[in-house]
Amino acid sequence: MKPSKIWSWVIFALGVLYFLGPLIATIDFSLRIHREGYSLDAYRNVIQQPEFQQTLTYSLVVGVAAIIVGLLVVVPAAYFVRLRTPQLRPVIEFVTLLPLIIPPIILVFGYIRMYNSSSLLPLTNSAWGTNLLLTLAYVALALPYMYRAVDTGLRTIDVQTLTEAANILGAKTPTIIMRIILPNIIVAVLSGAFLTLAIVIGEFTIASLLNRPAFGVYMQNVGANRAFEPAALAVISFVITWVAMGMIQLLARFAPRTNARS
Amino acid sequence: MRWGDLLGIAPFLLFAILFLIVPTVYLVIGAFVGRDGNFTLQNIVDLGTPQIISSFWISIRVSAASAIVGALLGLILALAVIRGRLPETVRSTVMTFSGVASNFAGIPLAFAFIATLGRLGLVTVILKLWPFEFDIYRHGFNLLSFWGLTITYCYFQIPLMVLIIAPAIDGLRKEWSEAASTLGATPIQFWRYIGLPVLWPNLLGTLSLLFANAFGAIATAYALTGSSLNIVPILLYAQIRGDVLNNPGLGAALALGMIVITALANVVYLVIRTRAERWLK
Repeated sequence: MKPSKIWSWVIFALGVLYFLGPLIATIDFSLRIHREGYSLDAYRNVIQQPEFQQTLTYSLVVGVAAIIVGLLVVVPAAYFVRLRTPQLRPVIEFVTLLPLIIPPIILVFGYIRMYNSSSLLPLTNSAWGTNLLLTLAYVALALPYMYRAVDTGLRTIDVQTLTEAANILGAKTPTIIMRIILPNIIVAVLSGAFLTLAIVIGEFTIASLLNRPAFGVYMQNVGANRAFEPAALAVISFVITWVAMGMIQLLARFAPRTNARS
Repeated sequence: MRWGDLLGIAPFLLFAILFLIVPTVYLVIGAFVGRDGNFTLQNIVDLGTPQIISSFWISIRVSAASAIVGALLGLILALAVIRGRLPETVRSTVMTFSGVASNFAGIPLAFAFIATLGRLGLVTVILKLWPFEFDIYRHGFNLLSFWGLTITYCYFQIPLMVLIIAPAIDGLRKEWSEAASTLGATPIQFWRYIGLPVLWPNLLGTLSLLFANAFGAIATAYALTGSSLNIVPILLYAQIRGDVLNNPGLGAALALGMIVITALANVVYLVIRTRAERWLK
């Protein structure tokens, strides 16, 4: 073996050590709630807590709502930019980058200031209003990923021809988007959706400052009060992230391999 | 452009205006409004208290350290995996894992590092045993400190670096190193005069992106240190919760300070990236 190849293996091994170390340590720690030997009691304690199920369900529902709202916002915009108004592309792309530039804590601070009880649109007055605000905040967080996923999907199909063909057959624009475009880019849309879910499911900052009973807030609470249960939660949360990202990898295999007419 | 086209983009624009642009602008304006409701620069001046200056300073140091260490180690890892002639499966595994790990931030990451390098963490305990017999906490290490936070942040900074820099490394054509070695260049000369200069803009750009990434992060630090490490986002969090600075305008000024720093870092990234792309087409 050449020396450079040996070094590559050494570096790779060190990387494995750094990245697997904390995972192994967390799993190990989560099993050590009793002095004598390993046990799954930390997991049992966590899963049996009603707050665990409630907050996880809450975060899942908000996540799915954010995905739906996000698609309603992103898909028509990406479609029209690609089909008819390419001159707006730089503007739209810049806007989709804004959530990466504005930290979440700034975003939620702005929301609290703007939509508080004494404003024109007092969303934080009611529970459903605050839930809506949290959903919209998550749409904003996911915007860069969602837009890029949908735009990549649109690039792989022939938007122009599909639209013209549907038009000739008498379809209106909403029908075209819902029944022609969306099914054709469903793989890209789903991978954007899973990425959104992975980002949103354990989100802490925004949910906590809006006082919502989200999974991230619950995890922080457990972390402040328990010793072994947080490790179990970290493992559970890592599995959720892993499943969501694994779905994306899996979906990529089913992506259509046709090219747009150029 | 027809009206129908605008109607398709309208939801997007409405959302962006109402839930991205206006709240941020509103906050920025709030930084220049005093208690009496008039224009003032006093809030900005008031940022000069020792507490706020020290929180900005420690935030900048943690972000810079985790960005530099993360970028350096990420680059080395990406180079080893992509150009080190490792099997293709190694490369795809590393890329997939990077995708997951770069999203594994927040509260669970703090828990994972407490289980690893906390006082009872696995690595801490193992290092105390034979043959190391080394108590890191006796020798000045503390997870709830500057370096502890930096090591923790590297867990998402390194993978992010790998993800962003991989396409640039792919862009270094095989022909370049072949041509260089045909002309008698050593590997070190190749990297000194060709490889690094081509990657340089990408490196700098990614560095500023990593900086911004760490600067805005709060959940990991909050779960790790509570409020014992006084970084800017944690101070701002406490201010939003309970007005700890006793001045709403000062909270907005603090937010403005954060926006300015992350925006600067991101602008540097975007400008450099557009320039870097010219080389790697």
